[in-house]
Order: sequence, then structure tokens, then C-alpha cells
Amino acid sequence: MDIFEVIQPGPLTTVQDLGRFGYQQFGVPTSGALDNYAFRIGNLLVGNNEGAASLEITLFGCQLCTLHDTSMAITGADLSAAISGKPAPAWESVRLKRGDVLSFPQLNSGCRAYLAVAGGIAVPEVMKSASTLVRAGIGGLNGRPLRQGDILSANERSAPSAAARMPAEYVPVYGNQIELRVILGPQDDYFTDEGKSTFLNSEYIVSAQADRMGYRLEGPRIQHLSGADIISDGIPLGAIQVPGDRLPIILLADRQTTGGYTKIATVISVDIPKVAQAKPGDSIRFPQVNEEQAVALWQEYEQQIETIKSLLHP
Amino acid sequence: MIYAEPRFLSGGDRAIFVEFGDSIDPDINQRVIDLKLAIEKAGVPGVVESVPSYRSLLVYYQPLQISARKLREVVYRLLQSPIGRELPKRKLIEIPVTYGGEFGLDLELVAKHNNLSTAEVVRIHSRVRYLIYMIGFMPGFPYLGGMSPKLATPRKTTPRLKIPAGSVGIAGNQTGIYPTESPGGWQIIGRTPLKLFEPAREPPALLKAGDYLTFVSVTPEEFATIQEAVRNGTYRLNETLVE
Repeated sequence: MDIFEVIQPGPLTTVQDLGRFGYQQFGVPTSGALDNYAFRIGNLLVGNNEGAASLEITLFGCQLCTLHDTSMAITGADLSAAISGKPAPAWESVRLKRGDVLSFPQLNSGCRAYLAVAGGIAVPEVMKSASTLVRAGIGGLNGRPLRQGDILSANERSAPSAAARMPAEYVPVYGNQIELRVILGPQDDYFTDEGKSTFLNSEYIVSAQADRMGYRLEGPRIQHLSGADIISDGIPLGAIQVPGDRLPIILLADRQTTGGYTKIATVISVDIPKVAQAKPGDSIRFPQVNEEQAVALWQEYEQQIETIKSLLHP
Repeated sequence: MIYAEPRFLSGGDRAIFVEFGDSIDPDINQRVIDLKLAIEKAGVPGVVESVPSYRSLLVYYQPLQISARKLREVVYRLLQSPIGRELPKRKLIEIPVTYGGEFGLDLELVAKHNNLSTAEVVRIHSRVRYLIYMIGFMPGFPYLGGMSPKLATPRKTTPRLKIPAGSVGIAGNQTGIYPTESPGGWQIIGRTPLKLFEPAREPPALLKAGDYLTFVSVTPEEFATIQEAVRNGTYRLNETLVE
């Protein structure tokens, strides 16, 4: 069922799901929605399973024309979404009528919005996932971002979803100063004590080189013991790589599967959505936590999503 | 050098590294691959996937299904068990390559740089067994060990904007194959008609870490025949098990 025609794609709008797993051993990055939280909630609001393919809309400028009545939910960044010029509510399910123009004209807060539609966006799965990896031309809509004139389809779904709204206390607020909690390693022993202390106690600014692959940061340089090169090894999600220029890079869903630079620490899972919503100019600090704390926080995060699920669809 | 005990390194709250040594070495890499196969064979619940590299295995897991402590215990137990002897054997895969001419624009440059004839370069580069240490950098790209130092040639100072898929190149003391068309600075000595990476194939990559490959020199006519067979899905890969 065709549901949208792309009037304007904006700088980067892609189809994403929860990611492509099992293929990193072949050099294929996982991809997937950068903001796991906003993405999953969007699907729950329209009654999908939480991993259904949705649109990830970056910054501003995307405009879609509705081709068929449907219900949708906008979550994540506040891009001043409007339906035919009137403000569209976010974090709740909304009915769209044929002919409605959905637009995202201006960035207010955050960086990436998610548009979930009833049934989920229909694209062929590649390596068991709908996620787009633009760099390799894999997945999503022919392996590329949306373009003007593209027609998007949704999977058919028999039961219409009941109206649902996210309780306000669970809606995240995106500020310009964030804290990303980290666990040191795998190569923290390649840095001097001073280097580690610089990293953990300084403020870094998101540079203009920030995309789905990684965020380059600016700020105090981090001192190595004897160089930035290692024998190439795997790169976990959220790894903070420090190459020869001694400035940190946070590696995200489209990162290379392996790399040859030291990694001082890894951002904990619950804080990855905060990176997804950070934009150039925002400031970041890296407080240290341990593995037990990180896992306890992840457990809370999953419990919160379960709670939201039961509140939305009792 | 192989460590007396493997080191567990943190990869955050849902991944751990198991590191076996401090150098690029076939014996160290073998332990990495053995652990990967042993984890797959054991079917450890909560393990999502694992990524082998030269000297370590990065194991991704679901922390609410298996704790890091439990996973380390499982890994430790697998490493103690004699499971290695029951693992699948490694394969040796033949990669047909047409050297020189339009397929390998830099063959003469590599020959001149090393004071060899182009025929000598081909002879030294082919019929040798290369270990596939890991796949990375781009989908399907093999990191190979075993190239003769007689062929070492620096990268191009200005990378080419477009290198065709299947190009076989040399960069420093490494040799490799470009799985898909891309820009790059490697000295290109030949091309294979095989497809190293196809998203719709399962598995999508022709090669995997721990196996071996060898290059076999073929004429441009044979290249065309193989390319046609690959296109029709009738090409039979030449592979043998390695003892």
C-alpha cells in the first residue's frame, strides 16, 4: 500500500530498523536507528512491533505527501513537524488523511526524528534487516537515502491501531549539554594517567563531522603512552576511538566493523540515544561508571519500555 | 607472542574482547578463529555475534540474557576443553586472477619497483597460500597474511577515484582484493571475476576469517568465461579442505 510521496527528502532521511546482526564478521556494519528509544516508542505508539521499519529524519527539510489514510507517530527530535501547515503532535499516534502534507521545517531540539507508520515501511530485507547503509548501498530504499519523487509503501495491517499517547514523564528532553557515561577499555592502558584524566574530566564539543558512522569531537587532546596505532580489532557500538590527532571520535551504528586506532572507553548502552540527538556545537562530558552500573541502568531502560508498552496498550 | 592466559578486555556493557597475543601471527589468529567456532558450536544463549580480528575475538552479547561474568566463564571453559579438534576444517579457496594489462594497471610499476619482470611478480604472487586473518574495512574485504616481501610496494601518492570490484592490489607489504568498486591507493596488479561480496547471497561474503586463499593466473579469455559463469550462477568455486 503506497502511503507517502517524497516532496523533499531533507539532508538525510533513511529507512531504519533495529539493525543488521550476524554480519559484522563479514565486514558489514549493523546500521539501524541511532536512537533506539525514540525508534521503539514510535512503533509502539502506532501498534507495530517495536522493530518495524521506520524513517529516520535528520535535521530539517523533509516533506511527505500522504497517499493513503494511515496512522503515524513522530518521536525523537523536535523538528517542528506540521500536517498541512498545522502543528503536528509528537509522541502520540496521529491520523493522516490522503492529501495531507507532513513537513519537518525547522530544528528545535535534538537531531533525529523518527516517523513510524502503521504496519511499518515496506522495503525488501537485505541480510535480514531493512536498515539502510548508504556507504555500501545496502538495505532500505535501494540502499540510498530518500529522494524527491520516491514512493514509500507500508505493510498491510488488518486491525487499525487504537489512539495512544506517551505519558509526558517518559518523553526525553534534549539539551545542548549532555553526559555520556563510559566504561574504560579496551585500550585504556595505551594512555597516560594524565590522558585518561583529561578524557574523563574535560568538556568536548561535537564538531561538524558528526554522522551515523561517528561523531568527531573537539576539545583537550588525550595523551597516549606511545602512539595511537594498534593491531586492528573489532569496534563495539559507542567505542571512543582516539587516533593520532589525539581527539576522540564516538563510533556509532554505521561504524566500520574493525579498526586500527586505540579505543579509550565505550559509551554505555542507555546513553547511545543521547549521542543520536546531539548535534554540532553541543557539549559532552564523559563520567566513568562500571559494568554493573551500566547493566543495571539498561535493565531499568528495558523495564521502562515495558511499562510504556502496558500503558499504551493495556 | 601468545599470552599464557588470554586477556579479557572491556567493550562496554554488551561486548567483550578475548585477546590471545600481541602480534600478527597465524597461531594467535588460529586461537581467535577456534574460539569463534567453539562459541557457535556450543550455541551460547545471549551471544549475538562475534567478530574475529588478527589477535582477538569481539563477542557481542545481550546483558540481560547472559552476564559478562558468566560469558567469561563460558569462554574460559570452552578454551580449556578439547573442542578444537572437533571444529570444522579450514578451507583453501582458489581465486582466479588475470594479471596486468587493463586488469592490473600497476603490474609493471610493481615489477620495476622490485627489480623483477612482470612474469616474476605473477609467479611470486600466485600459487602461494595466504591466510585470511580477518574481514573488515569494507564489506567482504580480506586482510591477508603471507605475501612475499619481494613484492612490497608503497601505495600510490594520489589514490585512484575508481577501482573496479575484484581488483587485486598491493599496499606496502600487504596484498588484498577490493570486493566492491571504490576509490583507493593500492597498486593494482590484476582482477578476479569472482564476486567477493553480494548482499543477496547467504553468506554475503565469499571469504571468511580463518580460511586460506591462493591466486591462480588466468588469461583474459578465461576471465570472460568465468565471469559469464558467475553471472549465470553456474561457477563452481575451487576449494579444498586444509589438513
